Amino acid sequence: MNAKLWRFPGGLHLSGHKTESTRLPTQRARLPKRLTLPLHQHIGAEAKPVVAVGERVLKGQVIARAEGYVSAPVHASSSGTVIAAGDFPVPHPSGLSAPCIVIETDGAEQWCERHPTPDYTAQDPSHLRNLIREAGIVGLGGAGFPSFIKLNPLGKTVDTLILNAAECEPYITCDDMLMRERAAEIIHGIRIMRHALHAAHCIIGIEDNKPEAYAALVRALRELRIDGIQVIQVPTRYPAGGEKQLIHVLTGREVPSNGLPVHIGIVCHNVATAAAVHRAVQLGEPLISRYVTITGPGVPEPRNLEVLLGTPMAELLQQCGADPSSIGHLVMGGPMMGFSVHTSSAPVVKTTNCLLAAEHAPAVQAAMPCIRCGACAEACPANLLPQQLYWHAHAKEFDKAQNYNLFDCIECGCCAAVCPSHIPLVQYYRYAKGEIWTREREKQKADVARARHEFRLARLAQEKAEREARHAQKKAELAGKNAPRETAPH
Amino acid sequence: MLSAILAFTALAAAFGLILGFAAVRFKVEGDPLVDKIDALLPQTQCGQCTYPGCRPYAEAIAKGEADINQCPPGGEAGIIALADLLGRDPKPLNARHGAVKPKMVAVIDEPLCIGCTLCIQACPVDAILGAAKQMHTVIEQECTGCELCVAPCPVDCIRMAPVQQDIRSWKWQAPLEAAGSHA
Amino acid sequence: MQTSSSPHLHSAAPVSSVMLRVIYALIPGVIATIWFFGWGVAVNVMLAAIVALASEAVMLAARGRPIKPFLLDGSALVTAFLLALSLPPLAPWWITLIGTAFAIVVAKQLYGGLGCNPFNPAMAGYVVLLISFPREMTQWLAPETVSGHALSFAQAAQVIFSGAAPPGLTLDAVSAATPLDTLKTHLHLGETVEAARRASPVFGSLGGLGWEWINGLFLAGGLWMMYKKVITWHIPVALLGGLLVMSTAFHLFNGDAYVSPAFHLFSGAAMLGAFFIATDPVSACTTPRGKLYYGAGIGILTYIIRAWGGYPDGIAFAVLLMNMAAPLIDHYTQPRVFGHKK
Repeated sequence: MNAKLWRFPGGLHLSGHKTESTRLPTQRARLPKRLTLPLHQHIGAEAKPVVAVGERVLKGQVIARAEGYVSAPVHASSSGTVIAAGDFPVPHPSGLSAPCIVIETDGAEQWCERHPTPDYTAQDPSHLRNLIREAGIVGLGGAGFPSFIKLNPLGKTVDTLILNAAECEPYITCDDMLMRERAAEIIHGIRIMRHALHAAHCIIGIEDNKPEAYAALVRALRELRIDGIQVIQVPTRYPAGGEKQLIHVLTGREVPSNGLPVHIGIVCHNVATAAAVHRAVQLGEPLISRYVTITGPGVPEPRNLEVLLGTPMAELLQQCGADPSSIGHLVMGGPMMGFSVHTSSAPVVKTTNCLLAAEHAPAVQAAMPCIRCGACAEACPANLLPQQLYWHAHAKEFDKAQNYNLFDCIECGCCAAVCPSHIPLVQYYRYAKGEIWTREREKQKADVARARHEFRLARLAQEKAEREARHAQKKAELAGKNAPRETAPH
Repeated sequence: MLSAILAFTALAAAFGLILGFAAVRFKVEGDPLVDKIDALLPQTQCGQCTYPGCRPYAEAIAKGEADINQCPPGGEAGIIALADLLGRDPKPLNARHGAVKPKMVAVIDEPLCIGCTLCIQACPVDAILGAAKQMHTVIEQECTGCELCVAPCPVDCIRMAPVQQDIRSWKWQAPLEAAGSHA
Repeated sequence: MQTSSSPHLHSAAPVSSVMLRVIYALIPGVIATIWFFGWGVAVNVMLAAIVALASEAVMLAARGRPIKPFLLDGSALVTAFLLALSLPPLAPWWITLIGTAFAIVVAKQLYGGLGCNPFNPAMAGYVVLLISFPREMTQWLAPETVSGHALSFAQAAQVIFSGAAPPGLTLDAVSAATPLDTLKTHLHLGETVEAARRASPVFGSLGGLGWEWINGLFLAGGLWMMYKKVITWHIPVALLGGLLVMSTAFHLFNGDAYVSPAFHLFSGAAMLGAFFIATDPVSACTTPRGKLYYGAGIGILTYIIRAWGGYPDGIAFAVLLMNMAAPLIDHYTQPRVFGHKK
């Protein structure tokens, strides 16, 4: 299909390393003895547990409900008994533990009652959104934003629904394999999303290094006789799969800074999310499993696995022939944007698209001073000046970094990858962002404290005034009794 | 001679008029200085600066009675912000007023509390809940960590605990400076 | 488990290999310079390299910085090459010593070392020499084909270190002003460009004799650096463009008083300046649009200094002047950030 494509600034040509993990078909991961399900696997508020320790749960049963609007529930990925609720290691760059529910599986894989809605066309979009919300679906591309919110046009006209199948990071192939193996599920999911959004156009954007997946999608569309969904191949150039970048490549439109795609009439979802939407609506199955790529130099048999959420990462490594104790560096996500996990006992969560294992972390070369060569600026897909951002972040001049549009940085890592001085640029930007957020929070807290303090002072003053008034009144009464004939002096 | 004097007088008058007009026309309605200073203070209301709260300290700075380095909770960032606002050079925190500490909150050991309300009276931001002869508790979110409630407690049941870091409050640290990079 | 911050992939060649490539790209031009102006050039380059590395090491030690990584980054070596190539081929040893030491100690290390110097160190060193020792700095050589004397390496070294000419040779016999200098002198006497070019043997068909080749080979080295992505096209193109536009305009206006654009592009340090000196990333502009203004500014200033200034070549002054303007240009030429209003 020939379509006009646009070009985003910067970007890098990276070697893909994708064939390693696409040689073998996807396999179901073994059922682990224990599933550790973090309550916070998404952007938004932590889910609230609704099961008690000792309780028996069924596969697909809600074990924690969404708390507030931006949140997502958590479901039991298999049947078994809740044996613990508390802080356990989770995949997070901090390495800190977080609240989880631990289920000891019974091997029965007994489902709870499911309520499929095969004919979604009869449903009101808001009902569909509710089904998707209750199924706990979040963006499976890695961000983990609750999907039902992005299926709400908020009174705006959505003219184009874009499905992100670019998968631009090296090594990751979970979307590629899902498209090859379950193209029909993705297409069904897209139709549901489209129905919910009333989107006029629908485009699947896929990088041109995935011809098999492209062919599978085209074949599925033909076999299902579905019109109106375009599959467009985009040039392979990192980060073509960034939401803003993909939208620009496909439509030429730029998502405004601080804005959302919906502000320019576009909504963008990941293809794996589409498949999950299909399962949630038409089969009544909540999000309890996902495709995960297990790859990297430390994995003898790299492949994709369909994994129950909550499965410890170590078990997946084992299943691909690696000895978890020999893995010294484990990255969740891709090599450009993923983060190091601190322990392989951490579970797979909704946003785990890839595990990249190696025996050692890549040798870190000592950072040299910035020579302002500008290689980073050439590589930056947001057209920022990373050298200036670095300069100010390094000097802790966070307001100046903000003036250079720090918050337009998508942390794609292009700048740091090309830096001849090997400066950990992205880490500087994350640090600067964190400091700015912290200061913002502290400022708000100080404002609240000031208001409370002033209120307290006012209250004390008022109490004192009242007391004095009472005293004065009493005095006056007494004085009135003693000397009724005297008039009060003016 | 006379022409020179006249010329300069005329020039002076002209410039004076221009300046006077500019001062009226482009008058900046700025916040009073005290408000600006107060906005930069952490509002802990702890009194370590020797003034009874953040606003009195701000007033003292504005009057020139207090220096800008007397606020330990504000830390170095606070001093730099004040220095920027006032066009002065930042200076290190005056150690007489205390040291920079990690963020703390007050915690009441509730079984020990006798319900005397002394801490409630001491709290500058009404962050302690309770009534006479009733157990008291600290509203953690509102506590500024000023420590003013610790001393009045007759049974020593209040202690300061560092704010626990969790995944939400965690933030990326600056990369370790390699020996080679410039400081 | 080891942890690291993303990205976990690095595709960049380190600073040292960037600098090494700059030196590779210089080599053809260096060979041409030696070919036309003798072994003195080689002696100067070696002396400057030794002085540069030694002063860099001393300064790093004094500043308490690790010596090895910074000595091996190659930046001091590049500075030494650029400065030595700008010096008269038989300049006395102390000229090279003072210039190089100033470049490294003052212009680079005292400002904070690699990455922190606001001025191009080599040009700062050159300008200090030009202002302090004008006589030594303008005593260039006639190409060996013109003077008919070819000094051996040992003879050149002897001249440089002792100041005494080898037996049977006076230094006046081999020395001559540079073509740019010669032209300037003749034009000052009211002669036309044509008459001047006929009067002196130092001129060639495009620029100065020999200089055409030297500039041509620096151009080739520069193009190779562009191909290897060591530098971007912006600064050289804008610099040569600025020089070309100015020289063409004035040449068309009055061909007798203003020499042809080809002469300007293939004389003096035009190509060395455009591809190797002005492109020093530390002291140049860093935004794409800023690089264009920066380069064009150097080109135009170079022409102004060459045509009307007191010094024969203007690259060094032009580079230093534009170094000063670089932060301001950068500030006003920030690219439009993706998603911001056009």
